[in-house]
Amino acid sequence: MRYGRGPDVLTNLSFGLAPGSFHFVTGPSGAGKSSLLKLIYLAAKPSKGLVHLFGQDTTSAPASAKPGLRRRIGVVFQDLTLLDHLSAFDNAALPLRIAGRKPADYRNDVAELLTWVGLGQRMDAMPATLAGGERQRLAIARAVVNRPDILLADEPTGNVDHEMAVRIFRLFVELNRLGTTVLIATHDQDLIARSGRPVLLLENGRITARSAPEPRPPEPRPSGPVPA
Amino acid sequence: MSEIFDPARWRPAPFLPEKEARDRALIFVVAVLCFLACLTAMGVLAANRAAAGWTGQLNGDATVIVRPKGGETPDAAAARAAEALSGATGVTEARALEPAKAYDLLRPWLGDVTDLEDLPVPRLVVVTLDARHPANAKQLNAALQSQNVDATVDDHSVWIKDIQRAGDLVRWLGVLVFLLIAAAAGAVVAFATRAGLAARRDVVEVLHLAGAEDGFIARLFLTRFARIAGLAGLIGAGAAAALGVGLRIAGGGEGLTPALPLAWSDLAAVLPCPLLAALVAAVAAQVTAMALIRDMQ
Repeated sequence: MRYGRGPDVLTNLSFGLAPGSFHFVTGPSGAGKSSLLKLIYLAAKPSKGLVHLFGQDTTSAPASAKPGLRRRIGVVFQDLTLLDHLSAFDNAALPLRIAGRKPADYRNDVAELLTWVGLGQRMDAMPATLAGGERQRLAIARAVVNRPDILLADEPTGNVDHEMAVRIFRLFVELNRLGTTVLIATHDQDLIARSGRPVLLLENGRITARSAPEPRPPEPRPSGPVPA
Repeated sequence: MSEIFDPARWRPAPFLPEKEARDRALIFVVAVLCFLACLTAMGVLAANRAAAGWTGQLNGDATVIVRPKGGETPDAAAARAAEALSGATGVTEARALEPAKAYDLLRPWLGDVTDLEDLPVPRLVVVTLDARHPANAKQLNAALQSQNVDATVDDHSVWIKDIQRAGDLVRWLGVLVFLLIAAAAGAVVAFATRAGLAARRDVVEVLHLAGAEDGFIARLFLTRFARIAGLAGLIGAGAAAALGVGLRIAGGGEGLTPALPLAWSDLAAVLPCPLLAALVAAVAAQVTAMALIRDMQ
């Protein structure tokens, strides 16, 4: 994969994520972690090769099929991409609205999820008034609210403290238990080490599957409800 | 949970911001275009009415130029012609124009000549035609020849053709101006849509990646710009109607000018304007938005 006429960002990648698996992808800055996620969430096309998602080749899929595929993917973007003119609640509910759900069917779920990520008191706040960590948690809430089949997160714990990082990780684990495939791009070696999950190392545009590290003793579970 | 925010009372907010700083400029430009379009429509209706009135007047009568024969006096020849025409089919009335009136018709061209009566001025017969079944020039000539009158019939057909041609020209010019204004409005909205999409690229991208279809995103812009253009159309049409009312009251039946009589019913021409403006804007926004969204992919 390359941008415009630039050099290849990713080369000769070939790997698969089993449904319901949980992986980290890590590597030095500029290794192509975000580009890899972009290929999966259909924001970029490979210059060569194929990307299979849910048993379908997305590179040859018609444009009309892509919205349906995208609705099955939850993404936590590195730059968060929150909509500043919408409240935290509206931002979190956005994927459900696009999926055509009725507000009465999901408003309580959204409220519960926002409470769980620590934004219960800021549901009507505008993103510009939220602190960095709050914005990050809101972006995560938006990514998981629709219970996606696959969750992609680009540095999801970059702006949160350790306790919130653990809480967010547990949310991902909970979603994974419910069947969601999770792929997290991160530099947070501590989080990777504690997770005991397999890691994909990305270097010089190539990926290598690494054995899962030895898991550390689990962190004490933070208080608060877990979304059902 | 927030004490102020109650999820049960939450209503989804619009995906696009309801108000943008540039909306006012767009409303102003489209309102001006709608105002001009409405004035054009009213002007065309007035011109149509004027052309129809003039044609009707010219169709309603004919003029016969009579030349005396032999030792006959001009007045006797004119009287004989009037008598011959009075009995013709399709003629309501025929009367010889008094010599003084005939001289008056010539005076603007000849000036204040004292011995005008000495000139061999032909006598004229004014023929009022039947409104339902008017006689044509051929029938009038036949009636004159039957009484052996040497005369030329002018049924104003040359003038009528000119007026009809002028009326058609005004109509087509009006349609052309109207189409140009509609195209300009469409271009303005397309430009605004393009600017709106560029300014709200973040919204488009987020919606796109969350699984919104291209048509769904395009409809957001379509609805937004159709609403703005509809409002602008309402303002422009209202201003044009207000001007029309003012002209009708100030100018009476003459309306815009004596040559362009404006009727109260002509003001109804502004009614479709907001709808048309919204329609043009909707099409322009839809086409532009769809093209730009496809380019983003």
